[in-house]
Amino acid sequence: MKSLSEIETISKRASKAMGFSWGISEEVGKSIKLLELFDLKGIKNLNEYFKKRSTEKFENLNLISENNESNKFPYCPIILGVNFLDQVKSLEKFNNIKITKIAYPLIFLSFLSRSSEILGKRIQLKFDDKIFLLNFNVNILSKMSIDDFPITANHVEISFIENIDNFNDQDWNSLYKLSEKTFVEETDSLKTGAAGAGLTDND
Amino acid sequence: MKVELRDPNTIMKLSRLGSFHQSKLSFLRSFLDEFKDWEYKKDLFDLDKGGFGTAIYSLKKNDRVYSLVCFANRLNDGERSDRVIATKWDAAFTLHDGVPTKQDIERLKSEVPRQEVGRLSYKELTLSRANKSVRVFDHVVDCLSKGRQPDLNLLNNVGYLYRTTAVYGSGKFGLADRFRIKNRDEINGPFRLEMMLVYLVRQFTFDQVNHVAKHKNPKEAVSLDLNICKNLGIGNSTGLGMAPFIVNHPTLLNNWIFCRETALKKIREIRNIKPEEFNLFKDCVRSSIKNLTTWNTESKYQLKKINSLLKNTKKFLRFIESEFKFEIDYPFNQIYLWLEQETCEETIEYIVSIMMEPFDKIVKPLIKHMSSEEDKYFNIPAHRTVEELREIIEKRYSDILKIDFNNKKNKKNFWFISKNKEEPRYADRYEENGSELEQPLAIARDIKKLYEKLINSKNSITIDKFLITNSDLRHVVRRAFIIEKFPYAEIQDNTIGESVVPIDMLRLKLSFFGALKFDPRSDKWLRICMFQGAPLPHELKNFNQQWVYSI
Repeated sequence: MKSLSEIETISKRASKAMGFSWGISEEVGKSIKLLELFDLKGIKNLNEYFKKRSTEKFENLNLISENNESNKFPYCPIILGVNFLDQVKSLEKFNNIKITKIAYPLIFLSFLSRSSEILGKRIQLKFDDKIFLLNFNVNILSKMSIDDFPITANHVEISFIENIDNFNDQDWNSLYKLSEKTFVEETDSLKTGAAGAGLTDND
Repeated sequence: MKVELRDPNTIMKLSRLGSFHQSKLSFLRSFLDEFKDWEYKKDLFDLDKGGFGTAIYSLKKNDRVYSLVCFANRLNDGERSDRVIATKWDAAFTLHDGVPTKQDIERLKSEVPRQEVGRLSYKELTLSRANKSVRVFDHVVDCLSKGRQPDLNLLNNVGYLYRTTAVYGSGKFGLADRFRIKNRDEINGPFRLEMMLVYLVRQFTFDQVNHVAKHKNPKEAVSLDLNICKNLGIGNSTGLGMAPFIVNHPTLLNNWIFCRETALKKIREIRNIKPEEFNLFKDCVRSSIKNLTTWNTESKYQLKKINSLLKNTKKFLRFIESEFKFEIDYPFNQIYLWLEQETCEETIEYIVSIMMEPFDKIVKPLIKHMSSEEDKYFNIPAHRTVEELREIIEKRYSDILKIDFNNKKNKKNFWFISKNKEEPRYADRYEENGSELEQPLAIARDIKKLYEKLINSKNSITIDKFLITNSDLRHVVRRAFIIEKFPYAEIQDNTIGESVVPIDMLRLKLSFFGALKFDPRSDKWLRICMFQGAPLPHELKNFNQQWVYSI
């Protein structure tokens, strides 16, 4: 079994060999390591993407906006991913970011996962009929089989999920009431000896 | 009184870093301290009469066991090489997590002796190999088999029976990744498992030499005297592989240096010291003279440094024994200022290390801060502005910005990874091929290039926009934001200039390991000794903390 350290180093060096800068290659190393840690096929996808790059063209999406349509060729998942990571704080203002055609979306997914941690918000990625939930770079949820990752994501939608409870007040209050059964009622004498007691708050 | 931490622009220069010495913060000393109450055992010693076979040593506490698995192999003299390109060694070792099963031992037997071309598993933590100092090993076997102890002069000159030529860890060749074990309290310090491997290998070398001598002449052979064993360590040949490490791990480097600087600052801030504290300090300085007079090297570069160090240490000893009154306020601050005034970089750092000896209360709490969660600082804060980044560079890299990289001699060399051994190398870019494949280790040059781009960019532009057109500088943008928080993260020098001495970078790292007696064999590799004078395993429960100065 290859260690994550080996996976990161080899991905980084291979990216440099493909013409990416050292700084971008470092990002690829981290992202592929992350995918493999989550048992997603990072090495396989990166290898296939690099093979394709030798014969096919890909577009670079540098400045990401609300609607991003590739002219002819799919977007490079690495340049798109690094720019998403860098620009995520300014992209947050968009409710929904649309991107057409991303090559090897699994590679892009790793950058989205890291963006979720930077922003402190969950990110939802939808493409074609598939949905992924990126949870603060702690995990990636999807109903999709990890072996079925497509080569191209055609219609991609990214949304930032507000930090709100996913339960209602009724459920919370019910549990809170139960938790109160672990508390002890204080006597008057204990109350008089507690922190701040006996002083006037206006002194 | 408040003493300021020393200026990174002084301390992080290569000549200063190349003058560092071991101290109480060094990893091999903190390893011994951490493992002093662990149970040591020799679990297996299955060597033939020539000393070839398998041995296993372990350290155990509660449910945790670490096992060193050793494979000693027959090697022809012509096959023995300390160079990293070697493919055979006298012995090969791995530190196994837990107790190895028979299947584990069989698996390791076929993989460990192959080193870089073998495959280890997540159950192994570190990997190493070592060669005999044939001259010393054969002499010791010969003497012991005849019933007498070996020539101490020869032993003192060399200092070890074996020297390792590489110690690998952290995921190399399939070894366990750091994340699998990082939450274990006992290894909450850098390179602790590498230190454990080397320490247990040292004991293997003594057991092996006794075993061979005994089989050579069963009736008359004696064992190597324990005091002689104690004064032998493990040698190590180290090349450039270590140098990029300190560039590639900036927050880790910062934490090592920051702890050392914090210890010094706190010691200088002590108003009154006790007589026993001062006496311990003085005793260590006095005893350490022997370490200097037995420090052998043929390197003119190192000899000059040793001579200056010896002369200045003697001068310092005279000063503290005859003139200096430790009863004054802030005595160690006065001592430090005297050293700056009267001695050289090598001596200042030598005495700074010794200053830590009496102050466990200051030093020990720092040890757990010498690791780093590097991934936490990896992301670039791309929402910040060009102006902010420029200000960081002006503040943190002021000396670097003065270097003229249009001058050929300031960019004469380049770092690369060799194809045949995948190891870092250093070469003249105007004489050798391959500079287009240069590794991103010319930080000073690239920081200067980044600065020149920044001063021509609009101040209010955010870094995410700046990086769109300056992707080639992304690696140094990341570093600049790291050094903003970690002032000792960067070598404040040019690592590709004509006058660079690469072994200064090795020496820095080795001093934190706890190495003694640096012996440069060229400007690109050196030999050192580790654990010389250290307690033997049976002495771990109660040993002299100042053993380094009692060799």
